[in-house]
Amino acid sequence: MTRLAQTWDRIDDVGSHVDHSLEGRTAKPFTMVVEAGKIREFARATKSQNPAYDGGPQGQPISPATFLMSAQFWQSAENSPLAGVELNWERILHGEQEFVFHGTPPRAGDVLRGQARIDKVFEKAGKRGGTMIFTEQVTDFRDQSGRLVAELRSTMIETSKATTEG
Amino acid sequence: MTTKDLTVGACREPFVDKPLTITDFVRYQGASGDMNPIHHDSSFASKAGYPTPFAVGMLQAGVLATFATDWLGADNVRSFKVQFREQAWPGDVLTYSGTIATVREQDGERLIDVELSCNRQGGGTHLKGWATFVAPN
Repeated sequence: MTRLAQTWDRIDDVGSHVDHSLEGRTAKPFTMVVEAGKIREFARATKSQNPAYDGGPQGQPISPATFLMSAQFWQSAENSPLAGVELNWERILHGEQEFVFHGTPPRAGDVLRGQARIDKVFEKAGKRGGTMIFTEQVTDFRDQSGRLVAELRSTMIETSKATTEG
Repeated sequence: MTTKDLTVGACREPFVDKPLTITDFVRYQGASGDMNPIHHDSSFASKAGYPTPFAVGMLQAGVLATFATDWLGADNVRSFKVQFREQAWPGDVLTYSGTIATVREQDGERLIDVELSCNRQGGGTHLKGWATFVAPN
């Protein structure tokens, strides 16, 4: 069994006394232009032949449900709420990823304003001792009128030294 | 697809993908911009203590999402959540499946909650997923 599967199996819903100082930390906003070519490339990479992702003759394809994830790889350090925070990335796992849409997902041509923040930091005890720190980062995407169109929630899990890795 | 097909317990025929390749990872990494070498550079992966590069979790998450949206509609998806469990590796044969768990009304809309999974050969769970769709017209 791999490390991450063990991590989930170890979780107990108990205990919560952790440094909450990162909560609310908000990064500088960024602009994301939703592009037709990137949508098609992303849809093919995720093995979909759905014509909705090609857009047809109108050329306004809809974006796949996980497409906005790609926004994070084209940003500057200042667009991350964890910029300047010292973390032990070797012990951090990407545990969960969630996408919420307030209506139809964005389409090619949409210009979105994204802004990421640390929403929650909490601790859970492992079944075999040690603790895990959960950090939930939320990125809001708004359209040009300011309407919230999508939210991404990334859950990162930091395992403590006390846990036994198998 | 008729509304009769959209009842609790209905499922889409599972998608059994071809064995995962590093080319799959590279293609997704190019599409998403995540160029972490742990997923394609054998010597980098080896130095980090892994036998080979391993799969990009968000690739399989993306396949699981499009598996669901190809079924219930790209326009209709309102949420998608994935939990990463066992790692996946080159050569893995992954099976993507989904079942309608709930059909409910909320704010005048009919919503469909789907439970999804991506399993490795032998049955290990790579991903668990949940999605909500507005019912297709």
